[in-house]
Amino acid sequence: MVAFGVRGWTGPLVVLACVLASAAVAGVLRRIVPFMLAALPLVASILLVNTFLYPNAHDEIGRFGPLVPTWTGATAALQATLRVVAFGLSAAVFALTTPTNDLLVDLERRGLGRRGSYVVGSALEAVPRTVGRAREVAEAQRARGLDTQGGIRRRVGGILPVVGPVVFGALSEVEQRTMALEARGFTAPGPRTQLRALPDSRLQRLGRPALLGLSLVAAAISLTGAVTLP
Amino acid sequence: MTPGLAVTGATYRYSRTGRPVLRDVDLNIEPGRVLGVAGANDAGKTTLCLVASGMAPAVVGGRLEGSVRIDGVDAAGLAPFELAQRCGLLLQNASTQLTHTTATVFEEVAFGPCNLGLAGGEVVERVWWALRAVGIEGLAPRDPAKLSGGQAQLVALAAVLALRPIYLILDEPTTELDPAGTALVADALVRTARETGAGILLVEHKTEVLARIADEMVILDGGSIVLAGPAADVLANPRLPDLGVEPPVRVRLERDLRAASIEVSAALREALA
Repeated sequence: MVAFGVRGWTGPLVVLACVLASAAVAGVLRRIVPFMLAALPLVASILLVNTFLYPNAHDEIGRFGPLVPTWTGATAALQATLRVVAFGLSAAVFALTTPTNDLLVDLERRGLGRRGSYVVGSALEAVPRTVGRAREVAEAQRARGLDTQGGIRRRVGGILPVVGPVVFGALSEVEQRTMALEARGFTAPGPRTQLRALPDSRLQRLGRPALLGLSLVAAAISLTGAVTLP
Repeated sequence: MTPGLAVTGATYRYSRTGRPVLRDVDLNIEPGRVLGVAGANDAGKTTLCLVASGMAPAVVGGRLEGSVRIDGVDAAGLAPFELAQRCGLLLQNASTQLTHTTATVFEEVAFGPCNLGLAGGEVVERVWWALRAVGIEGLAPRDPAKLSGGQAQLVALAAVLALRPIYLILDEPTTELDPAGTALVADALVRTARETGAGILLVEHKTEVLARIADEMVILDGGSIVLAGPAADVLANPRLPDLGVEPPVRVRLERDLRAASIEVSAALREALA
């Protein structure tokens, strides 16, 4: 909200600083590097489009044939990039520092309900499981003579025999998992027993609403133009 | 109340199929007894598990003629979570039995009791009991996603036991286990049946396991029961190979000895048993 809601450089830079500080404290600074690299194509496209095609900007940096980059465009591009990176890295730090199980316990404690929290948990676990299954199927198909390596044509041709079993296997698994859940009393009425209480200090309990309020105020001030932030 | 899990005249069809997968099946699982089920592929063993546990048609859908009564109560009138506390179901594929949302084996086994909203102390007590029953206390702190197939199957069995069902329906629980793991599960089942009085329906293609722990047995073929009786008698029936079931080693050995005109004395038979 702050990254996108507060105009100028202040919003994204404050968020980025907070995210990097949190990552350093949590010891995951190095592990967010792959996330930054993964964002490079998006960052490049934002920079190029804004710098060269920003509408109604005339403060040219120079001319490169038909391409005319502008200072206004470059500034907007950098700000947009910072916003996207700040937002993306905050999600990455959250994912790297929050075990799925802790998240589910907390969501359920906050009233999401067993179905809702299970759906969230399953969705989060589905990605690595699907990747693992796809790898297994690809290896099995390769053992039966399918060529999934080499040129692009061969790779594309090798996709279908892998996708089919992965998709149908996942669908079949859904039915079995539904049965397994039912067989474990998943649809029983009433609240589930919570075996663990997640640590939540007084400072954290007070800090969360305070930060939320501060963010809302900052975004409101910036968007209404009451105070001009750099 | 009639004690026992009684399947009476059960004919079952899956949705959108006309052909019955089970035909007029009658069987009774008594508390504290183990009923073994064997048969060739496609004989209807897994479907029998689903029907006997009440999951078919309650969860799976399809159409059931006949009835399933658990201690005199019609399973059709019970919700799935009520069925789960009376009749535990363990399917073949261990990976689909686990929730994949828990961080430790302990929490995985606790998932069912927690669903029932039991007091924390009772959940913990049940989990340790179930882990001990299967002999996997040492796995309690492990990540369920990083278990071998056999270990995952044992965790899935412990998870079912933690619900303390009166009856257990087990569909080939030793498929992914090595001989040591198979023996462990077989011992756990015998102990469970004796100590808790649970009645067990055990679908198993390893007839050695059935010979060891089953009290009675049925053989399924084409969705119908074609052989039934005390386990020792059924496993010694000469029709077994024709029905796609390999007799236990002891039975084959006795048969081979007889074929070679070697007398099988009572002492030898006892030693083989």
